[in-house]
Amino acid sequence: MATKLDKVEVVTVGVGWTGGIIAAELAKEGVQVVGLERGKERSTEDFQMVHDEYRYAIRYDLMQDLSKETITFRNNRDERALPMRQLGSFLLGEGLGGAGVHWNGQTWRFLPYDLQIKSMTDEKYGENKLSDDYTLQDWGITYEELEPYFYKYEQTAGIGGEDNPMGAPRSNPYPNPPMMDTPITKRFKNAAKNLNLHPFQMPSANMTENYENPDGQKMYKCQYCGFCERFGCEYGAKASPNMTVIPTAQKTGNFELRTDANVTDILYDGNRATGVRYVDVQSGEEFEQPADIVVLTSYVMNNTRLLLQSGIGEPYDPETGKGVIGKNYCYQILPGATGFFEEEKFNTYMGAGALGASVDDYNGDNFDHSDVDFIHGASVSISQTGQRPINNNTVPSGTPNWGQEFKSQSIKYFHRSLSVGGQGASIPHRENYLSLDPDYKDAYGNPLLRLTYDYTEQDRKLHEYISAKCAEILEEMGADKVESRSVSDHYNIVPYQTTHNTGGVIMGDDPETSAVNNYLQMWDADNLFVVGASAFAHNGGYNPTGTVGALAYRAAEGILKFREEDSQLVQKTRRSQLA
Amino acid sequence: MADNKNTKMSRRKFIKNSGYVAGGAIGGGLLGTLVTTNVTNNGSQTASTGTNGGSDQTNFNKALMYFSRQSDFNILSAATERIFPEDDNGPGAIELGVPYFIDHQLAGGYGHNDREYMQGPFYEGSDFQGYQTRLKRHEVFDAGIKAIERESQNNFDASFVDLEGKQQDEILQKFQDGDVDIKGVTSTTFFELLRSATIEGAYSDPLYGGNGNMEAWKMKEFPGSQMSYIKKIDSEEFIEMEPRALRAHISS
Repeated sequence: MATKLDKVEVVTVGVGWTGGIIAAELAKEGVQVVGLERGKERSTEDFQMVHDEYRYAIRYDLMQDLSKETITFRNNRDERALPMRQLGSFLLGEGLGGAGVHWNGQTWRFLPYDLQIKSMTDEKYGENKLSDDYTLQDWGITYEELEPYFYKYEQTAGIGGEDNPMGAPRSNPYPNPPMMDTPITKRFKNAAKNLNLHPFQMPSANMTENYENPDGQKMYKCQYCGFCERFGCEYGAKASPNMTVIPTAQKTGNFELRTDANVTDILYDGNRATGVRYVDVQSGEEFEQPADIVVLTSYVMNNTRLLLQSGIGEPYDPETGKGVIGKNYCYQILPGATGFFEEEKFNTYMGAGALGASVDDYNGDNFDHSDVDFIHGASVSISQTGQRPINNNTVPSGTPNWGQEFKSQSIKYFHRSLSVGGQGASIPHRENYLSLDPDYKDAYGNPLLRLTYDYTEQDRKLHEYISAKCAEILEEMGADKVESRSVSDHYNIVPYQTTHNTGGVIMGDDPETSAVNNYLQMWDADNLFVVGASAFAHNGGYNPTGTVGALAYRAAEGILKFREEDSQLVQKTRRSQLA
Repeated sequence: MADNKNTKMSRRKFIKNSGYVAGGAIGGGLLGTLVTTNVTNNGSQTASTGTNGGSDQTNFNKALMYFSRQSDFNILSAATERIFPEDDNGPGAIELGVPYFIDHQLAGGYGHNDREYMQGPFYEGSDFQGYQTRLKRHEVFDAGIKAIERESQNNFDASFVDLEGKQQDEILQKFQDGDVDIKGVTSTTFFELLRSATIEGAYSDPLYGGNGNMEAWKMKEFPGSQMSYIKKIDSEEFIEMEPRALRAHISS
């Protein structure tokens, strides 16, 4: 029997970037917030032994314990979904701060085109640019409306960057200057300029100066030690929830953090959420936490799963196209090319997670798509994140992956190869979605989330086009040999690709086709907000965290408004008619 | 040999315990001076005298935690050496201690898939659905090593450890290609585990028992755990430096 606790005003499920932002913004306004985090508490002090590639980057010390919970996966509905038994394609975070601890810090604003992608694509290219199988939708918000929240997040996280002539327009400069130029970034920029592209330094959440954010939280100038992605920062130089919004919430006295608290259900009376049920993972004890307002702030996967598990919102059905929960799961398409340099060596072992240079000439609708069979594109970057020896064994194609030749070539090219790659947009398809698995269960006996996903024709064409552009840049950089990436026959759950999963609880302006409004408030439960990249109606051509942060600040404002109005904050429109 | 090194590590504590304050708020301010010292004294951390110090110190870590038969361990050792052989670049898997690394890993969480989903039911799965065997890694290694020896006896009438290098490669290639039957797991899965574990053992921090004396890092010109490159990263020249391992973070 669950122990029923005293009611609180707001409870968040998960305490990473989104849970932290919600907690900080509400607690500053005097609202009592309880944050339930299923992982452990952790801080900079826990990262003093972090320069350990094997422990963190290979054995995934900071990532989710899959023995308790994973997802199941299949490429299409005709297959049997099987458990993702080991982490691979993406790395789910676990513990206080979530994936905001182990990210690289590449922090972007999605383009105005992204937020109105359906109407802008239709307007320019007609309604049949893509077939009906692509469930492309506007986000129910414009860039102008979202712009102030982007800036708010950038100030909190101390983003350093410089003007990007083809990026989303900015009302304010970045809070910090860009990261240092290196021979690698300079080489990329010179080549890009020669090709009449518009290069700039990638925006970064690795501090470029010692920085105090508007909430008084301090971070320190990045030392370019080369251990960022998959690692926590031992130096306090990478913006994370633990360095910023969590202590901001805590110092108000209005925030109570409960770690080791794994939420299993949202309590729902058919109209409103009444609280959550959770298990203390140390004692095994079950609790009910009643709340006036419930905010889902876990990762994409769990936001979706908890709604399905709790019977809130209509589950998406790919057969009919009806329903919304689990719809428009997207990923990121990763075109690119590798250049091999016979005569030069680069200091590739030095770096920072968001050290790099980029061009946006091939992103969004920054180039004319009239003569290509796909929409959108990718930001194209060279990044110098710090190469480590277990994970980086780049060899020219045709080289075996073991034996003397492999050893020799992988040592030779460790400092003699550079890659240029794209963060490619992922466009939703009616067959790519999330649902509950009928067979496999988690440690508490609840169904696992099931991912049904494969690459589409759109993905393949985008990949091919952008990979060729990446190869052009590397040729111009003077590589002796350039090899373009190719896309595999099907999406594979094993090799690491990216932890940029999106969708499942998408935002929009129509309850028939979206789950939440533009404050990330559920259409079907006024006091339930679902925050994160789960709200993305598609995935853009950038890393998602900047946009996640902006949406979280927007949601925080919505929650404060809801406390006053106690109703839907956005007028519903029902203009779409699904087949 | 790698384990008989005679180092003169200064063991400087660039992360001092005294740097911690309540709540774990560590930052640039506290570490700044240490980082600077680090940058200006490049190399003094690990002034190794070489791989052959000539000392008779016994490395008690080089014993078996997992394998019960030394013959199995010897087959594993021979296989890792073919995957990462000694050559003009430097030492191979055996000299680096990779077989001990694998033995020790198999005895712990890695070998027992501790943080992985191992509930049934088990089905074969497509090529895109990943690890689906009910066997844990240590069981996959047991079965794989037995299969290597069986293949060797069948094909060459000799133990794997006594074959020529080329013959050993021929057998390992069959495993990689999925051409050997092993109960419960494909030979490709076993081979890929063996291959990745060998590379992990070669290049992980020496604390795990491989990468003896950081020789693999030296071969690959990877400096290990350095605290700062801010004064070097804009250098047009390639910078070689003595590697440093996590041992340097321990104060006693």
